[in-house]
Amino acid sequence: MTTRRDFIRTSGFLVVSASALPLELVAAQAAGPYPDPDFRQLDSWIVIRQDDTATFFVGKTDLGQGTGTAFRQIMADELDMPYEATSCVMGTTDVTVDQGGSGGSDALQTDGYPMRRVAAEARRVLLDMGSQRLGVPVGQLTVSGGVVSVTGDPSKRVTYGELIGGRRFNVTLTGANTDATTGVAKLKTTQELKIVGQSPQRYDIPPKVDGTAKWAVDAKVPGMVHARNVKPPIAGAKLVSVDESSVKGIPGFLRVVTRGNYVAVICEREEQAIRAARQVKVNWEKPAAAPFPSSENLFTYMRSATPTFSAPPVATGNAETAIAAAAKVVEADYEVPFQGHVSLGPAHALADPSNDQLTIYSNDMKSYGLRNGVAEFLKIPRDRVRVIWLEGSQAYGRTAADDAGFEAAFLAKEIGRPVRVQWMRNEETAWDTKGPAYTIKMRGGLDAQGNLVAYDYDARAADHNHLGYNEFDTVLIAQLANQRKAQPARGGAATPSDMYVVPNRRMAVHVVGLPLVWETPLRTGNLRDPNGPQVTFASESFIDEVAAAAGADPVQFRLKLLTASTADDSGFKRARSIAVVKAAADAFRWDTRPSPKKRDSGNILTGRGIAYAYRNQTVVAQIAEVEVNRRTGRVWVKRFVIAHDCGLIVNPEGLKRVVEGGTLHTLSRALHEETRFDTEKVTSVDWTSYPTLTHADTPERIDVVLVNGDPNPNRPDLPHYGAGETVCKPTMAAVANAIFDATGVRLRRVPFRDARVLAALKAANV
Amino acid sequence: MANFTLRVNGRAQTVDVDPATPLLYVLRNDLDLHGPRFGCGLGQCGACTVIVNGNTVRSCVQPVSQVRGEITTLEGLSANGTLHPIQQAWIDEQVPQCGYCQNGQIMTAKALLDRNPNPTDAQIRQGMAGTLCRCMTYYRIHAAIKRAATLRLASLPQGRPEGPSRDEVQS
Ligand code: FES
Ligand code: FES
Repeated sequence: MTTRRDFIRTSGFLVVSASALPLELVAAQAAGPYPDPDFRQLDSWIVIRQDDTATFFVGKTDLGQGTGTAFRQIMADELDMPYEATSCVMGTTDVTVDQGGSGGSDALQTDGYPMRRVAAEARRVLLDMGSQRLGVPVGQLTVSGGVVSVTGDPSKRVTYGELIGGRRFNVTLTGANTDATTGVAKLKTTQELKIVGQSPQRYDIPPKVDGTAKWAVDAKVPGMVHARNVKPPIAGAKLVSVDESSVKGIPGFLRVVTRGNYVAVICEREEQAIRAARQVKVNWEKPAAAPFPSSENLFTYMRSATPTFSAPPVATGNAETAIAAAAKVVEADYEVPFQGHVSLGPAHALADPSNDQLTIYSNDMKSYGLRNGVAEFLKIPRDRVRVIWLEGSQAYGRTAADDAGFEAAFLAKEIGRPVRVQWMRNEETAWDTKGPAYTIKMRGGLDAQGNLVAYDYDARAADHNHLGYNEFDTVLIAQLANQRKAQPARGGAATPSDMYVVPNRRMAVHVVGLPLVWETPLRTGNLRDPNGPQVTFASESFIDEVAAAAGADPVQFRLKLLTASTADDSGFKRARSIAVVKAAADAFRWDTRPSPKKRDSGNILTGRGIAYAYRNQTVVAQIAEVEVNRRTGRVWVKRFVIAHDCGLIVNPEGLKRVVEGGTLHTLSRALHEETRFDTEKVTSVDWTSYPTLTHADTPERIDVVLVNGDPNPNRPDLPHYGAGETVCKPTMAAVANAIFDATGVRLRRVPFRDARVLAALKAANV
Repeated sequence: MANFTLRVNGRAQTVDVDPATPLLYVLRNDLDLHGPRFGCGLGQCGACTVIVNGNTVRSCVQPVSQVRGEITTLEGLSANGTLHPIQQAWIDEQVPQCGYCQNGQIMTAKALLDRNPNPTDAQIRQGMAGTLCRCMTYYRIHAAIKRAATLRLASLPQGRPEGPSRDEVQS
């Protein structure tokens, strides 16, 4: 059996970054089985070597947001080691404890704490050792840069490497679960942290820039063959037969493998498999009923469908009565279509069945879930499956349901050879997991003074049978193979997450299903803040509509709604929201006036719009400045100002880039993205039929303002809240509000493609 | 199958593959050059970009039998362990998020700067337009291209750009 230390020795990658992990060496070691690392052992988390370097073993994955760098910072800080002397290994199931991989922007917010605690515990143990070695009590020792010395006599010193290098800590930790893992050492105060708050460059970037990074797409093992899938041409079609003779003549052809309606071809070489998948003759039986309405009719369908689930409304006061009594009533319907992850790199994985085990090389953000799911799917013991996590293309929730990993594992077991699978572009765009489509009806009532006194929110999400996290009976191959849950997952719809105080408020949500529940390309999954952009598009557009109806400035109107008694402001949610909205307005030099502005006379109409959002203690306000071309309908966001409060900031430069990326990702959804389909299949299959943001759309300027809006900003325990998803919430509304400011025309349907904008301008005689 | 000799990053290499095989798979699977990546196979995204004789080529739609001349991949940009100024600028600006597209971004930027050593903002937008990033790192890419332009101009005698001048390249 291979231990973690063997892994470290044989792979020899500790002094280099995890992304430069040599695959051959990993593959060559460890014949299995692969038991779970014990999270209650300090040695499972931290290894310190004789050369005074340390490696942290972290059960999260880094999707390119720099979380690995941040973990090194917080752990090096607690341990009192130089950042440069540390490295980090992530998400590989037999060497890092199961912290669930990534998701929910919780890497620092939740998992940062056990990591800090184990690092602090290691420091405590090393101080004890130092005390014995140097013969003075711990109270008379100083530790800095991985060196323990006698306070006032720096010649009496010993390094961490000298104390523990090459040996085990053998320290048992406690905690009911991984998140609760702890030793007995106390965490440092915010003021004592030195590396936190600096911006070391991300260690994974140089290898990504010079071509030496090892990606999951690059994984190779001896004897590996290539597979490609053949998807049903019509959603819900049944496989009747495959004519293998149609591909027998292709050089390198090995096999067609089917299971239920799942079809794959396997060839020696990649281009052969691609050709075989295109050429193979498959006989499909068309489904009796249409799987879904066309995308043109989607919203009509959703509004008239009987919900598969309705949650009891959340209510304060009585919105209905208040609307009836209001001086002015505002009503609006908003629509957001299905949008895909549409990763630049289609789904991929390599599975190796050597030694009667299964090793999967994968970019799955939830590698632990993939391991468990595959074990269940293929009915093999868990400890015979491991997932080696490697860098991958943009995930943002896509690989939480890692279709390719399951497919590669299934095919490898089936043919007894290592199999690499990659989806083609048309499969990925059509069949990846989607963010649910929404229709949202909103009503509001203003009193005679222009105060918002009633608020009614009623949302429908096409989210029936929402996918889970790598559950073996939910991934696409399982659905196609008719290995399904007894009941479709209920799915959900979300409510706005603002902190506005409205005396009468009612929020109701419903889930609707499309006719085809299983085996559908319109599978909903978690797309970067799964409901936030849709919900906030409606809620923050609506606040702007209400402000306009009240003749109020959009920033002032929001601040007024956020201002209320502090007695019930738990977690300072309103106080921090106010600080963030004000910070954005200040940085933008917002001029206080109602929207819309007086329209410009030329072809280019300019305007600005704000939107704000809250998620799990993180607050964001975005201001977009747009140019709308009256002739063409093209919308260009010339400038964004984004104020962001996520508590204690570990790496400010890294955070800024995450905030920019999330904003532009959602700008792409606001301006371009829509999954189109007819009544048989998804017709968005490439970058022409599923357009995305391009270089040409890039704002001229983006200002990210990092805010600490805590009423006690210097508190010693300032928490590190999450980042990455909150910022996706307000963008669609900020842009819609800016377009309204520029043109006086309100867009209530995403995306704001040129033709739609132009038609709206024409209809309003702009 | 047939033998093809390719000149890649200064070395001649012979492969035995079907003539119709896209260059991308030969580079990745036969020559172990993983800089170029599969993104679409349709010539739409740029993830597979390599430079052939100074021009960007989308290797996913380029049959190996039709490739003539010197191929440069991402791996071939740095010389003797020294990063190309564009790569250095990419690190200085901390451009990538996931990084999957960045081969295409860097190679396209290199060809752009070789053609036009000091591009305007509009020329960058236009020159890079067909190279997609789904982490939307465009804003930082623009900053990195400007930084690389400055680095290169500063490091060259009389500001003469390396590579062919604008007139020498047909694009
Ligand atoms: S992979 Fe070649 S252009 Fe997309
Ligand atoms: S950095 Fe992720 S696709 Fe460009």
